[in-house]
Amino acid sequence: MMLHLFAAFVAAATAVLIFAGGLVTSTGSGLSVPDWPTTYGWFMLTFPLDKMVGGILYEHTHRLLASAVGFFILVLAAWLWRSEPRRWVRRLGYIAAAAVVAQGILGGITVLWFLPDAVSIAHAGLAQLVFCLTVTIALTTSAGWKRGYEVPAGPKGPALRALQLLAAGTTAAIYLQILVGATMRHTGAGLAIPDFPLAFGHLVPPAWSAGIAIHYAHRVGALVIAILILATAAYALYRQRGRWELGRPSLLLTLLLALQITLGAATVLSGRQYLINSLHVVCGSFVLATSLALTLRAYRSRFTQPVEAVQVAA
Amino acid sequence: MWRCSYRGLTIPALALVVGALASAACGGSQEIAPAEPPPTTSPVDPATAGHVAGRVTFDGTAPKPAVVRMEADPNCVQQGAAATDETVLVGESGSLQNVFVYVKDGLGNLRFPVPPNTIVLDQKGCRYVPRVLGAQVGQTMEVLNSDPTLHNVHAVPAANREFNTGQPLPGMKHTHTFSTREVMVPFKCDVHPWMRAFVGVLDHPYFAVTGADGTFQLTGLPPGTYVVEAWHETLGTQTQSVTVGANETADAAFSFT
Repeated sequence: MMLHLFAAFVAAATAVLIFAGGLVTSTGSGLSVPDWPTTYGWFMLTFPLDKMVGGILYEHTHRLLASAVGFFILVLAAWLWRSEPRRWVRRLGYIAAAAVVAQGILGGITVLWFLPDAVSIAHAGLAQLVFCLTVTIALTTSAGWKRGYEVPAGPKGPALRALQLLAAGTTAAIYLQILVGATMRHTGAGLAIPDFPLAFGHLVPPAWSAGIAIHYAHRVGALVIAILILATAAYALYRQRGRWELGRPSLLLTLLLALQITLGAATVLSGRQYLINSLHVVCGSFVLATSLALTLRAYRSRFTQPVEAVQVAA
Repeated sequence: MWRCSYRGLTIPALALVVGALASAACGGSQEIAPAEPPPTTSPVDPATAGHVAGRVTFDGTAPKPAVVRMEADPNCVQQGAAATDETVLVGESGSLQNVFVYVKDGLGNLRFPVPPNTIVLDQKGCRYVPRVLGAQVGQTMEVLNSDPTLHNVHAVPAANREFNTGQPLPGMKHTHTFSTREVMVPFKCDVHPWMRAFVGVLDHPYFAVTGADGTFQLTGLPPGTYVVEAWHETLGTQTQSVTVGANETADAAFSFT
């Protein structure tokens, strides 16, 4: 139980870190601390608080939070190694530890190389994978997952298979959409189309550039994701009635979708106000994580026996 | 048990990292071929040298300078509580300040010595001072922090090497030389996003920056016909052809709107 609570805490801390990272990009503070891993020559943890001014406030706070989250994930991995009987869950911990170290190095490299688009986009994309790993660990160490969810009687096999595929496809599509969004942010195309919901007053932009194409792809992607999420949620709620471990994330996913589209529109209409923009980033993470949780729960029966049986066997 | 889950996450993560690093590394800095050392004496005969003199003006109603909000750093507020934006500075009778005027073309293959003096770009009152300046390729430029706060000096050139260096303490200096001609090299401070400077880097000494009266002078030019350009950070560029006779001063006037 304590392990699950700690894993949930680490996942929440990772979400806060993603929000802080969003603030760094949204305020254009990514290079306000030119050195790494030091901060203006100071060891990161001893940098004077009174010097955290301007863009440094965002960048250095992001580094401090990243250090804390990195430490938490290493503790989580060690904890799993010591006490988790399922080998594949332990491995998730190791992968999360390796991923968060790689993420830190990517963050450093992108500063030292003056924010090259490819590295910054990879930093944003890997952040989502780290978050997904922590969410997966939190989910798979929960009491409900370990116990196994009760499946009401009835012929639900084909329907469940369809839901599994639909949810997995939706999760993958959301991740791709986040990568397109990261590309848009880091190439400065966030306002390439300045109006919403239309594009320069048309359904399809009348003129094209690389920035407009990336921005428009993100909007089209949002439409596709909306359809996928609504289809998945409707399918889960209708065809798997009574299975609230699927119904609850489906409803949450629908609510998050509405919030995310609202935040996306507000980001454009506010001229990329930095708080709204950063909330859009972290809400995207929540959409992804919720879809992932729904997918994993839909696949729960593939993970055969309850954990207690594994522990007895061990 | 589902054994493929971790592989499914590891492979895209690794691909993401490796791809990003490879892409960024391949797009790295360009090698610049070593050039011949610059001459030590000027190729221009002072007995026949001429000049270009003129004034840059702004036509129309000058924009009202916006107030620069420096609350993000209390040290800056103390330095310049009434700070206003310096992007377009229009003085009496429309004189336009901070315009970089230079000979863009017409010098042929003439090569010029590198000036021994050091040019200084100061950070004072949480601003770059001066906002616009010129330097020759190979000339030493010193960036100084005269503020009681920290700055990062971030040059974002297109042709020269980008650099970003921290100056956490007052009095710190950073010296730099530019390796190739570039008009203009923008400077910024990411800590204080309102801070901007622009350095025009040329391989000859014929450049000037307009002062409060909008005037400029390009001195010691060999007789000939030149393309002279005036550059402003937001109003764009203007060029004109100017013919300089021996020992003469040619007039040139630029007007931005």
